Amino acid sequence: MSKYSALQLLRGAFNGQSHWQPAWRHPDPKPSYDVVIIGGGGHGLATAYYLAKVHGITNVAVLEKGYIGSGNVGRNTTIVRSNYRLEPLGRFYEFSLKLWEGLSDDLNYNVMFSPRGALTLGHSDADMIRLAEKGDAMAVQGIEAELLTREQVMKIEPCLDFSRQARFPIEGAMIQWRGGTARHDAVAWGFARGADSHGVDIIQQCEVTGMVMDGNRVIAVETTRGRINAGTVAICAAGHSGHIAAMAGLKLPVESQTLQAMVTEGVKPMVNTVVMTQSLHCYISQSDKGGIVFGGDPDNWPSYAQRGQPVTMELAIQQGLALIPALSRLRMLRTWAGVTDMSFDGSPIIGPTPRDGLWIDGGWCYGGFKATPGSGYLFADTLANQRPHLIVEPFGLDRFERGTPVDENGTGPFPNHR
Amino acid sequence: MKQIPCPHCGNRAQAEFVYERSADSVVPLDAEPAVAIAALFSRANLRGTEEELWRHAHGCGMWLLIRRDRVSHHIEWVKPIGPEALP
Ligand SMILES: Cc1cc2nc3c(=O)[nH]c(=O)nc-3n(C[C@H](O)[C@H](O)[C@H](O)COP(=O)(O)OP(=O)(O)OC[C@H]3O[C@@H](n4cnc5c(N)ncnc54)[C@H](O)[C@@H]3O)c2cc1C
Ligand SMILES: [Zn+2]
Repeated sequence: MSKYSALQLLRGAFNGQSHWQPAWRHPDPKPSYDVVIIGGGGHGLATAYYLAKVHGITNVAVLEKGYIGSGNVGRNTTIVRSNYRLEPLGRFYEFSLKLWEGLSDDLNYNVMFSPRGALTLGHSDADMIRLAEKGDAMAVQGIEAELLTREQVMKIEPCLDFSRQARFPIEGAMIQWRGGTARHDAVAWGFARGADSHGVDIIQQCEVTGMVMDGNRVIAVETTRGRINAGTVAICAAGHSGHIAAMAGLKLPVESQTLQAMVTEGVKPMVNTVVMTQSLHCYISQSDKGGIVFGGDPDNWPSYAQRGQPVTMELAIQQGLALIPALSRLRMLRTWAGVTDMSFDGSPIIGPTPRDGLWIDGGWCYGGFKATPGSGYLFADTLANQRPHLIVEPFGLDRFERGTPVDENGTGPFPNHR
Repeated sequence: MKQIPCPHCGNRAQAEFVYERSADSVVPLDAEPAVAIAALFSRANLRGTEEELWRHAHGCGMWLLIRRDRVSHHIEWVKPIGPEALP
């Protein structure tokens, strides 16, 4: 793999940029691998990358039914942050955020990580108390957070509706300055290129259709491109986790639901941070191309359709317009949806399954993009050592029956919370 | 918008209804702990047709049993809930 650099670009200027090579190979599947990863999204590719790079395990295949990046890794609103109240979540997402900070250099691929600040608005005294509590919980874990007054928020996001008649009056906010956004496709491509350069086979157009068992052990997967034997099988299928776990006769604490997002035409810079709120479920940021990126609640019922209902979209837009009235002048360019694997406490599931040789990384709900490098790193460590890494130990599949859910919002064991 | 045929009210906009849970997650009162845990904390979550409990929250308020395809969203049938509808 040739290294990308400014010098290489400059040289290309003299040869018509004819030096560019494909960023990864398109190999046929081998009959057998040490590790087979199901799903070529951010998590599958990152896991493969760190397996090869950190642990020297390179006889690895990533099987993707479509093309890499066609799943949620290419559909999300790209928010990256580690502002959690509960310690296991703070520890995990902070580990991931630290990797984000050096990711472009590590991958030699510009993932356009932009720590522009993750701002959570408060609309009432109750909101501000919860934000202060969360900020304190973060500070105790050594993660910086700043509580902002209404006047401070005015300076940071002047386009918000600060009038007293506002539908959602702004009383203040909490900001994590190190949070922000990244270019989601580049994350998939960067990890793919990195994994490929270490010898990992990325096999697209290869759908896993079944699992081959020997007693309680998974020994191979059936795919649309034939049977592939595996020492270890790792599920990284996000919204399709449950569907794939069922191939091994397992049921997960997960329900698949649709989450939508949308983007407007490009305009000059008007939203500086990632704007979220403590009371609403609407998040707004501006892409590098100038489009205003919007997201809202999931459609709160099970679906694998990757297409959302207009009612949910309308709700998100209503909230967005109430916060930033100027948005009403913009045209919406595109809307889309992804299948998210809603876990029962809103936290991920990482670790072993009741089947030998079968491991899972899933339950990402609508927040797994920011986890991509962290979960890739820790899941790779988990697979390489065949035991959960300490940081992911609280996220075991059996935590519900053990009575130890990791429930950030305190809403109980149902996938419909937010 | 999709419509759901409520057995009590007729065809109504889906926005009037809320999804509660899949029918296989209803816990029988006399269930053994292992059965109850499985029903509470795991789902078949099929990429296909499942039976689900919904509520006509912004209409008659009644609970309904709906058999529905989770990919095409096609509704096979809607039944009023009653003793005969529960497992
Ligand atoms: C609209 C939307 C907005 C979001 N916003 C944010 C956000 O702002 N911040 C954030 O942190 N997170 C966000 N998320 C969540 C985040 O995108 C996901 O949690 C994360 O991308 C999931 O991990 P992944 O990248 O590996 O998933 P995916 O990219 O979905 O990867 C899974 C892959 O598995 C493949 N697959 C499935 N079945 C099979 C099979 N049988 N055989 C082979 N391959 C298979 C799929 O094709 C897919 O490519 C959002 C999600 C959505 C949908
Ligand atoms: Zn009704």
